[in-house]
Amino acid sequence: MSKIRQILPTEISDQEIVDGVSKGDSRAINKIYKIYFPLISRMIVNNSGSEDEAKDIFQEAVMVLYDKITQQKFELSSKLGTFLYAVSRRLWLKQLTRKGNSANTSDISDFEDLLGIEDDLERHEETELKFDQMNKALSQLGEPCQTLLKDFYIANMSMQDIRDKFGYTNTDNAKTQKYKCLQRLKKIFFNSSLEK
Amino acid sequence: MQRHDFIEWADQYLRGELTAEDAIAFESFCRTEPSYSEVFEQHRLFVQDLEKNEMRHAFQQALIAEGNAFEATKYHKTGQKTTSLWSKLQVNAGVAAAVALISVFSTLWITGYFANIKKANTDYSALRREMNSVKKNVTEQHKAIQNINNDKNKNSSSIHFGATGFMLTRDGYVVTNYHVINGADSVHLQNVKGQAYKAQIVYTDPQKDLAILHIADPSFKILKNIPYTFKKQSSELGEDIFTLGFPRDEAVYGQGYLSSNTGYAGDTIAYQISIPVNPGNSGGPVLDNQGNIIGIISGKQKGIDGAAFAIKTKELVETLNKIPADSLKGNIFLNNKNMLSTLPRTEQIKKLQDYIYIVKVF
Repeated sequence: MSKIRQILPTEISDQEIVDGVSKGDSRAINKIYKIYFPLISRMIVNNSGSEDEAKDIFQEAVMVLYDKITQQKFELSSKLGTFLYAVSRRLWLKQLTRKGNSANTSDISDFEDLLGIEDDLERHEETELKFDQMNKALSQLGEPCQTLLKDFYIANMSMQDIRDKFGYTNTDNAKTQKYKCLQRLKKIFFNSSLEK
Repeated sequence: MQRHDFIEWADQYLRGELTAEDAIAFESFCRTEPSYSEVFEQHRLFVQDLEKNEMRHAFQQALIAEGNAFEATKYHKTGQKTTSLWSKLQVNAGVAAAVALISVFSTLWITGYFANIKKANTDYSALRREMNSVKKNVTEQHKAIQNINNDKNKNSSSIHFGATGFMLTRDGYVVTNYHVINGADSVHLQNVKGQAYKAQIVYTDPQKDLAILHIADPSFKILKNIPYTFKKQSSELGEDIFTLGFPRDEAVYGQGYLSSNTGYAGDTIAYQISIPVNPGNSGGPVLDNQGNIIGIISGKQKGIDGAAFAIKTKELVETLNKIPADSLKGNIFLNNKNMLSTLPRTEQIKKLQDYIYIVKVF
């Protein structure tokens, strides 16, 4: 009984989930997990995968969806479930071929191309790369620069608050420090992207 | 304007901290200075990427956390399910077990399994005779089938058991085994001539397996003096003995010897005797060559040849002494004048048989 309720997405529509994901709403994540994970997990486990691998693949597929939603105006060309299923399948097949187990992969690749999933995957990989660099740059930047920048640009804290938190004598000092940190971060980030 | 001042200005613009006039001033500055405009654009995109990166990171963390939580709830749920299922079915399981137990034991009880166990546990068998029980059951069934439409309920009393008993006194006191008359509705005594008398149970002694009856029938005539006597001293091993009993409807003579001073499983109130005895011999007298009664046949051991048991006369006398005076019509005086001692065996039996009865228990 409870299983049926999990599979049927009666309480929440695809569009609501998409909106929730774009806002980073944890309830949307919860719904996605409840509704789609069992199906995809079964697909992967039935195709010589483990529960852990299924979890990784599913989470990557959701990230593909996230990138698609956040980087362009997202239109539901297919059902959300179909999209996630196709992406997961594609990702899993890729992993299988990487492992050298490429048996019967040809029959499904056709219908995935129809959905334009390859584009989404490419974009996802690019984004993944970019944000990887950003994360690396941030971690290379070290403290207190990392926290300072996050507090200012992401948490939107005022310069006065930052001055108090980090113990600068005046706001101008804090501003100078922020500028220096930002310049260093930019340098690390663009240098590493040039290397690539 | 220094570069870091410009960036600070741009940050304030992006965060909407500037006044309306100042914002317009910033925009016009960017228009007039293309190099700064480029710097601003680059800075804007970078900050945006930073923000997006953070949001994406947060989303990913939330996703992973959700995944772990989902797994945990899944396992938790399955655990909960089994316990709730058990608690739900506990009552049903209990009822089912109770029903199963009740039906098993009631079936065993109804089919007489426990009674059989009790019987099977001892290899002592009491020698009362179940009178033609199978044949009678069949004929009664036939009758019942024939009369199935007749509402007339015939009260046909049936004989349950037959055994042997013998006279203690000439005025109608008879001894037999307790197991013969146990549970009896009524007891009838029939002599060799075929005359039957109704008898009363005067006294029973379940420990010694003895019962004293009294012939209560008005048609009963007091007999001549009893020809045998009762020997209270214990007899010697190897003594020749004989009995007369009713394993069938005719009197049957049996002869043997006294083989042991104790009875079944070392029972001191009985002798072991070696006489062929059969169901129906219960309550029969055991006499020695001189015609003294030394015991009363009570049973035999299954699976062992020639191991029959007879209750010692001494025990009979003790039982008689225990009878309350109220329940007797006059005292019981055992005969002490032996008329058999010199007679040959055939004559002894002739004299003896008038005093030996078939006990019929209804």
